[in-house]
Amino acid sequence: MSRQSSWAASAAVACLLLIAALDTALAQPFGLHPNAAPEPGGFAGWILSEQAKFYRMLSSLIRESKANGSAAYTLLGISFIYGVFHAAGPGHGKAVISSYLVANDETWRRGVILSFASAVLQSLTAIAIVAIAAVLLGATAKMMGNTVRVIEMVSYALIILIGARLLWVKGRSFLHLLRPQEAHTHDHRHGYRHDDDHGHAHAHAHHHHDHGHGHGHHHDEEEAPAWGHAHAPEPQALKGPHWLKRGLAAIIAVGLRPCSGAIIVLVFALAQGLFWIGVASTFVMGLGTAITVAAVATLAVSARGLAGKLAKSKPGAGLLIVRGLETAAAGVIILFGAALLTGYMVSELIGMF
Amino acid sequence: MTAATRILLAALLSLVLVAPAAAHPHVWVTATGELVYAPDGSVTGIRQHWVFDDMYSAFAVQGLETKEKGKFTRADLAPLAKVNVEQLKESDYFTYATADGAKVPFTDPLPDYSLDYKDEMLTLNFTLPFKQPVKAKDLEIEIYDPTYFIAFALEKQTPVQLVGAPAQCRLAVELPREMTYALGKQLSNNPEAATNFGAFFANKIMVKCP
Repeated sequence: MSRQSSWAASAAVACLLLIAALDTALAQPFGLHPNAAPEPGGFAGWILSEQAKFYRMLSSLIRESKANGSAAYTLLGISFIYGVFHAAGPGHGKAVISSYLVANDETWRRGVILSFASAVLQSLTAIAIVAIAAVLLGATAKMMGNTVRVIEMVSYALIILIGARLLWVKGRSFLHLLRPQEAHTHDHRHGYRHDDDHGHAHAHAHHHHDHGHGHGHHHDEEEAPAWGHAHAPEPQALKGPHWLKRGLAAIIAVGLRPCSGAIIVLVFALAQGLFWIGVASTFVMGLGTAITVAAVATLAVSARGLAGKLAKSKPGAGLLIVRGLETAAAGVIILFGAALLTGYMVSELIGMF
Repeated sequence: MTAATRILLAALLSLVLVAPAAAHPHVWVTATGELVYAPDGSVTGIRQHWVFDDMYSAFAVQGLETKEKGKFTRADLAPLAKVNVEQLKESDYFTYATADGAKVPFTDPLPDYSLDYKDEMLTLNFTLPFKQPVKAKDLEIEIYDPTYFIAFALEKQTPVQLVGAPAQCRLAVELPREMTYALGKQLSNNPEAATNFGAFFANKIMVKCP
């Protein structure tokens, strides 16, 4: 393995770990726990200990709202905080959106828009399910659970599709990049022995690539489009409605799946004769969710920007690192989708356990 | 590129594996239980009563037809109880037993299961028999949801009763620990918690007989 590719791999791993450690990193921008030492798991621990408390407060606040109007405001406040907290845990597309942004080299502004759009859609799905199923059709919890399950499957399958498409585009360009570079660096030292090991055809291919892409490498360092359609679109190409159309798939994939907590809250509010309070609570929860997802997405985008800058300072390996990162991000999307689809990651207990 | 691939895969996997650890309960159950003894001193099974929280109870009874509006009788709730008990089989009734350290299996609940609705809360009553009556010096029964979607907690006053147990048998009960910042932090760094999170919040029923 060449030095470049190992460097690229470790950079990619570092960025992935960064995404994984965002729970911890989040503690700083929010200032929720200023005294917490920045150790891994610290913020996650706090989230774990607090979010359940907020969720439990919702039921008594909904009850109180019946008699006391000001309790409704408290309810909205708690719903908001709960949304912020709950989204900091996994699920809710935080990881999918972040990985999507990294893989597609999107701007943070687009990340924020995608985050809010998917959170709004998520609230709408929950409200639509309860409004149509429970309010209009008088459906039972079991029917609602089954509906949610079908929607979930569609959403998870969509996540895998998005990841697979990205992996196809980014992975190919990454592998393209990897092969000629390996040959290039190995040429003088043990390149010939290497060629012998792999037989004639492979060796020939290496030499061919060496010639063919000699110019390409120089261009890459100058950020010129070297790989045609396999290359990430240039900034100009990303302007306009094009990115939103592409992002729509991500919005739907992430936002389609309603939060089981929101559905339970909505049905409970309905049972109390306060459906609209439940609707308001769900939207505010979604707002909180959107803020967390947007914050994480922004962090992921800036991490990616940093990796891009670092890449520029390492001539030769630069583009490789960036493509490796994008490929890894696409892989993360697929893994998340698969973990969700197989029921490994999220319990699908909604309904009648 | 094999080393790089391995590193990448490890990173990706750890990312996915860490994820389930941040689940939080959406359903709360306050449980009480009775260990039922046969005349020969063996345990035939455990009868349990699960009281669901008001939010989940409202969700569970949504859309159910009743004879009298807003009142849910046992008969009204019988179809729901059937669904519950059947679905619970997939989750092993969230009840796990060991006798002198070895796992002992339960079998299907007795047909006397029922659901009650009182003060806007549902109670599920069911008897879970052992496949074979168990005679052990050290019987341990744990109640928890591995995914921690449901938070089980034995009632504090009289969590468990021994029915017809030999006089020398001693009962001890351990309630689930409280989720705290420190525990959450510890668990989010514990790889075992990623797959079996709820086990860290198990209720333990321990009976020692000479």
